[in-house]
Amino acid sequence: MAIDCLVLGAGQEIGKSCVVVTINGKKIMFDCGMHMGCDDHNRYPDFSILSKSGDFDNTISCLIITHFHMDHVGALPYFTEVCGYNGPVYMSYPTKALSPLMLEDYRRIMVDRRGEEELFTSAHIASCMNKVIPLDLKQTIQVDEDLQIRAYYAGHVLGAVMVYAKVGDAAIVYTGDYNMTTDRHLGAAKIDRLQLDLLISESTYATTTRGSKYPREREFLQAVHKCVAGGGKALIPSFALGRAQELCMLLDDYWERMNIKVPIYFSSGLTIQANMYYKMLISWTSQNVKEKHVTHNPFDFKNVKDFDRSLIHAPGPCVLFATPGMLCAGFSLEVFKHWAPSPLNLVALPGYSVAGTVGHKLMSGKPTTVDLYNGTKVDVRCKIHQVAFSPHTDAKGIMDLTKFLSPKNIVLVHGEKPSMMSLKDKITSELGIPCFVPANGETVSVASTTFVKANASDMFLKICSNPNFRFSNSSTQLRVTDQRTADGVLVIEKSKKAKIVHQDEVSEVLHEKDHVVSLAYCCPVKVKGESDDVGLIKQLSEKISETVSCADEIHESETCLQVGSFKGSLCLKEECVHRRGISSSCSEVKFLCCNWSVADLELGWGIINAMKQNL
Amino acid sequence: MELTCLSKGDGFHYPPCHMLNLSGFRILIDCPLDLLALTIFYPLPCDVGIEAYGQNDQNPIQKKQKLERQMTPDDLVCAEPWYKTVKALHLWEASLIDIVLISNPMGLLGLPFLTQHPRFCAKIYMTEATAKIGQLMMEDLVSMHMEFRRFHGPEDSSFPCWTKNLDGEEVPGVLKNLVFGENGDDLGSWMRLYSLDDVKSCMKKVQDVKFSEEVCYNGTLIIKALSSGLDIGACNWLINGPNGSLSYVSGSIFVSHHAKNFDFHGLRGNDVMIYSGLSCLQTSEMTENDCISTISENNDGSLAASLLDNEESLEELEKLAFVCSCAAESADAGGSTLITITRVGIVLQLLELLSNSLESSSLKVPIFVISSVAEELLAYANTIPEWLCEQRQEKLISGEPSFGHLKFIKDKKIHLFPAIHSPNLITSWQEPCIVFAPHWSLRLGPSVQLLQRWRGDPKSLLVLEDGISSGLGLLPFRPIAMKILQCSFLSGIRLQKLPTLLSLLQPKIVLVPDFVNQRINLSTMKTKSILSYSENKTLSVGRIAENADVEIMAELATKLSWKKLRQRENFGIARLKGDFVMENGKQRLVSGLDQEESSGKARTLRHWGSVTPETLLESLVKMSVTGSIEHRRGENGAEGKSIIYITNPSGGMIETSEMGTAIITDDETVASKIFQAIDGILDGI
Repeated sequence: MAIDCLVLGAGQEIGKSCVVVTINGKKIMFDCGMHMGCDDHNRYPDFSILSKSGDFDNTISCLIITHFHMDHVGALPYFTEVCGYNGPVYMSYPTKALSPLMLEDYRRIMVDRRGEEELFTSAHIASCMNKVIPLDLKQTIQVDEDLQIRAYYAGHVLGAVMVYAKVGDAAIVYTGDYNMTTDRHLGAAKIDRLQLDLLISESTYATTTRGSKYPREREFLQAVHKCVAGGGKALIPSFALGRAQELCMLLDDYWERMNIKVPIYFSSGLTIQANMYYKMLISWTSQNVKEKHVTHNPFDFKNVKDFDRSLIHAPGPCVLFATPGMLCAGFSLEVFKHWAPSPLNLVALPGYSVAGTVGHKLMSGKPTTVDLYNGTKVDVRCKIHQVAFSPHTDAKGIMDLTKFLSPKNIVLVHGEKPSMMSLKDKITSELGIPCFVPANGETVSVASTTFVKANASDMFLKICSNPNFRFSNSSTQLRVTDQRTADGVLVIEKSKKAKIVHQDEVSEVLHEKDHVVSLAYCCPVKVKGESDDVGLIKQLSEKISETVSCADEIHESETCLQVGSFKGSLCLKEECVHRRGISSSCSEVKFLCCNWSVADLELGWGIINAMKQNL
Repeated sequence: MELTCLSKGDGFHYPPCHMLNLSGFRILIDCPLDLLALTIFYPLPCDVGIEAYGQNDQNPIQKKQKLERQMTPDDLVCAEPWYKTVKALHLWEASLIDIVLISNPMGLLGLPFLTQHPRFCAKIYMTEATAKIGQLMMEDLVSMHMEFRRFHGPEDSSFPCWTKNLDGEEVPGVLKNLVFGENGDDLGSWMRLYSLDDVKSCMKKVQDVKFSEEVCYNGTLIIKALSSGLDIGACNWLINGPNGSLSYVSGSIFVSHHAKNFDFHGLRGNDVMIYSGLSCLQTSEMTENDCISTISENNDGSLAASLLDNEESLEELEKLAFVCSCAAESADAGGSTLITITRVGIVLQLLELLSNSLESSSLKVPIFVISSVAEELLAYANTIPEWLCEQRQEKLISGEPSFGHLKFIKDKKIHLFPAIHSPNLITSWQEPCIVFAPHWSLRLGPSVQLLQRWRGDPKSLLVLEDGISSGLGLLPFRPIAMKILQCSFLSGIRLQKLPTLLSLLQPKIVLVPDFVNQRINLSTMKTKSILSYSENKTLSVGRIAENADVEIMAELATKLSWKKLRQRENFGIARLKGDFVMENGKQRLVSGLDQEESSGKARTLRHWGSVTPETLLESLVKMSVTGSIEHRRGENGAEGKSIIYITNPSGGMIETSEMGTAIITDDETVASKIFQAIDGILDGI
C-alpha cells in the first residue's frame, strides 16, 4: 500500500493551498485556496488533474479546510458550486463561522472595486457553507468505514487546525499554517505524538529563526506611537480577521497604558462584527485570554471606533485598520492613495504580502512611486513599517515539530523554493527523514504502514505478558532488563483468519498428535576420592557451571540434577539400555542417566562433554 | 468484565454510580452526592432568635408525643449540614481505582471526597464542559455552606455529633430512614463538606476531553465521551479494549434544546452495553403494549427517526413556556416568582424565554439571578457553541450569542448578584420580581431567605424541582400560602423508547437494572442476551470476543519463513518472534531486537505424527548410518515400541513409539544425522 501526495497548489510557492492525498485508495483534499497575486485562471488550483470528467464526488472522499485565510478557503465556493463537488467538507467551528465573512468581503472587493466578473456569488458562498460539517478539536470523526480524521490546535489564526487522517494503518498529518509559539491571543500549536507515515508541513519561514517577539512588538508600537504623536495618520492594511484582532489587542492595551486618546478605527463594520465572533469563540484562544475573559473580554476594545469614508481627509492623527491586507485592492488601497504622499503618515504592513500586490512592492525596496492596478501612479513619501512578527512558525518550529512527530516522510509546501530546498537539506541531514518539495501538479509517493491481523490464543498472550527478567552486575549497580520476546507460531489455514498460537498448541490446531523427539545417554562419571552420591552431584554441578557457558540455573536434589530440560539422575541399574561401551564393573565409575529435549540440544552435549572430561 | 452497581441513583440530581472491572482495570463511573438528604437539616433562620429556632429544649413529655403524629419543623436537625455520599463507595479501597469517568456535572459533586484520600491515584476523565460547570457548582455549594459554618461556628469533631439524638424512639421514621438508611448502615456515608482547596486540588487531577475525543489509558483502553443530551457537557462513555467494546449509557435525551443531542449512532454494534438511565422510574404511564408495538422489522433509518421524533422535546418546551406564563401571571397580580431550579440547561432556557416574553409584554418586572457563580456561568454559556444543540450552533454562524441573556444583562433587565447580601442588590431590588436562586433542596443559599420572605404571600409563586415537595423539603416553611409549581423535566430515555434504541444499537449483551427488566419485556429484542443487575451486587459477564486480535507489523510478517506441511496441504505455519506491545488499545507484534540472530539457527522443536522405523532406517542409510530394527510388543497394555540399533559409524540406538522418539548416543554427529532423518519424515515446527 502506498500514500500519494498530489500538490495542486502552494507547491514551491505561497498561495492557493491545495493538497490531495491518497491513502490506501481514499482521496482526501486538504485546503482549497486561491492565489491572491493572480488574476487569471491560475488563481485557482487546477482541479482538472483530479478528474477529467469533473466527477469529484466519486473521486474525493472528503475535503478539509484548515483555516479561514483566503489562500486556504478562497476556492471553496468555486469548487463546490461551480465545479460541483458535493461530498463532505469539514472545518473547525471558528473557521465555519468566519470563512463566509472572509469570502464575502473578498468577493465584494473583487467585484465592486476591481470590476471583475464574478467567479462565485453571495448565494454560492451561502449554499457552500451549508455543506460544511463543523469539527471540534481532537474530535475523532469517522468519515466513512475506513477514513478517520481528527483536528489539532494549530495556533495560526482563530480556529486554525492541523489535520490527522488515517485509513487502515496508514496515517498522515497536514499542518496547514501553524505557529509554535503563543501570541497575543492564540496558543501555540499542540499535537499528540502520533505514528505517521507522512507529514505535510507549511514552510513559509523555512530559513528564518526568530527570537522573542516582544522587542518586535515594541518596535511596532513605537512606530505607530511616533507617527500619531507627530500628528500623522497610521494605516494598517489587513484582512478583517486574524492579524487585525491581534494588533488591535496590542494597540488597545498600549493606548490604555500610555493614556493615548488618538482614535483607532476599523474600516468596515466587518471587523466589529468579527470581534463578536471572537468573543463567542473564546475557547479557541490562548489560556491567558480564556482565564481573563469573565472579568474582561479582551475583544471588547475600548478605544476602537467605526471608520467613515469622510474621515479620510479629516485633520488630526488616527490609526486605521483597513481591509483588505497586502494593499491588493479595495478600501485600503484607496486610503493608501490619499495618505501615502504625506511624510507624516505611516503604513504598517503586517504579515506576508503575496508577489504582485502593492504591499509586496512596498516591502521589497524603498519605492518613491508605486503603480496602482489601473495605471495611476502614487508618490510614496510616508514611512513604511513592516511588522516583523508573524503567526507562522519559524524554521526552528518546523524542525521541532518534525522531530517531535518523527514521521517516516515529510513533504514541504507553502513556502519559497530556495529556502524550502535548504530546509529540506537540513531535515534530511539532521533528522534522516526523507523530505520532498514537490511543485504544483507533482505527486510524491511514499510507502505506508500496514499490519497483518491475526487471532491470538490465550496461552500465547499469557506467555507474552510474563516478564522475563535478566539480572546483570555491571560495575557497581545491578541492572534488571526485561528480555521477553513473543515467541509463537503463526498458523494459516486456507480461507480462514490467521492464528497465532503457542508452540505447544500447534498440534492441537492441526488435529495431530505430538511426537516428542528427545535425546538420552547414560553417561559414565568418575568418582573422585571418598564422596557419596550427593557429593558427586555437587561436584558435577560445579563442573558444569564452570565449563558450560549457557547453564545458568542448575537445580540439584539428592541424586538428580537438572538444567533446563536436561535431566540427569544416578543410574543404579546394572545394565542400562542407554549405556554404551563401558561396563559398570569398575567401582570408581558411576553412571548418570541423562535425557534432554531438542530445544536444549547444544546445552545437553555441552554437559555430556563436561562430564566425560571428568572421567 | 464485572459490574457492581453502587447506587442506582435518584433522578437528575443523583445519577447512578457504578464500579466496573474491565481488562483488569477498575473503573468508577460517576461520584454523586445525595443532596435530597440535605432536607433533614433545618435551614438557617431568617432572623436569629425568633420562630422555631432553639426549641430543642422541650420537655421530654412533649417529645414522647411526637410518635405517630405529623412531623413538625422542630424534628429537623439543627446543625451544620453533613453530606450524604454513595455508601458502598466507601467499601472500596481508593488506591485500587484506576480510572474515574464522570458523565455529568452532578456526577462530579462527590469526587473531592474521593480525591482527598491520600492514596487516591486514579486517572479522572470528564468533558471540558462538565469539568467547568461541575467546578462552578461545587464552588457554589461550598460558598452557600459557608453561611452555615458562620452561623453554627467551627465544629472540630470529625464525628457527626448531630446524629446523637436521632436514634431515639420518638424520632420520626422518615428522618431515621434518611439518616441511617433502610438497613441502618448508612451513617458512614455522611461526610463533612469539602473545602474550596479540596475542590481545586480535585480539579487539578482531572483530564478533560472533548466529545468524540479518543483518550488512551495505559495503552490498553481507548475511552471516548459521546454526547448524551442530558445537559451541557453530559456524556455517555464508550470504552474499547483488547477484549471488546463496552458502552455506558446513562440518562440521555434524544432531542435537546440546549445541549448537543444524544449521539447514539456512535454507540452502535458494541459487545456490551450498560444501560443505567433511570428516568423510567418516574414514568408511570408506561404500559406493556407500548413497547411491543414499536419493535417491528423496521430498517435502521426509520428506527432512528422514531427515536428522534420531537414529541418529547415539544413537551419540554411546553413545560418551560408554562413556567414562564405562570411567572408572568403572578407578576401581573403583583406577586414575585422564586425559581429554585438549578439545572444549568433549564435555567439558561428559562432565562431566555422569560426575558423574551417579558420584553414582548408590557410587564416591567426585573429578573434577578442570585448565585455566587451566576456571572461566570452565564458568561461561560455563551462561549461554548461546540457543546450545544444545532439550533444554537447556527446562532454562532449568524453571529448571535448562543443564549439570549447577554443583551438583557446589558440592558439591566437581568441583574446578577453573587449573594443576597451583595451591596448593590438592595438598591436595584424591586418587587414583584422573578428570582433565580439556588439551592433546589431549599436548605442552602438565597432561596431559603426569599422563601421565608414570600411564603405568606398568596400572590407569589414558587417553582420547584421535582420530588422536593413530597419529602421534607417544604416542612420548615409551612404553612405556605404561596402558589407552588413543581416541574419535572425529562432526565433520561423514556422506557418505551428503550426497545427501539436497543434494536438500533444492537449490542451483543445488554446490562439493565433489575427494575427495568421487571417493567418491560425485552426478550423479543435482537440482542443476544440481556442481563439484569441489582444494587450492591456484582454481575460477572464472560468474555465476548472469541480470541483477541493481534496485529503483526508488515515488515515482520514478510520475514517469516513458511513451512508447508506434508500431511495437511491447507495449512501453512511459521515461527513468529517479535516484541509484543500494547499501544492504542491494540496488541501488536513488532520486530524485536534479537530478530536477526535467532532466525539463523532455526531448528524444528516440535514434531507431530509417527515414525515407522523402516522408513527412518531407510533414510539413515542414505546418510551412511546403518543399523538393525527390533520390534517390541508392549507389555500389560503398554504401548509397543521399536528400537533401531545403530552400528555404523558408531554405536547408538533409537527408541521410537507412537508417543515419541528417543535418540540414545554419545556421538553428536550421529545424533544430528538421526535428527535430520526424523525431520525429513515428520512435520514439525
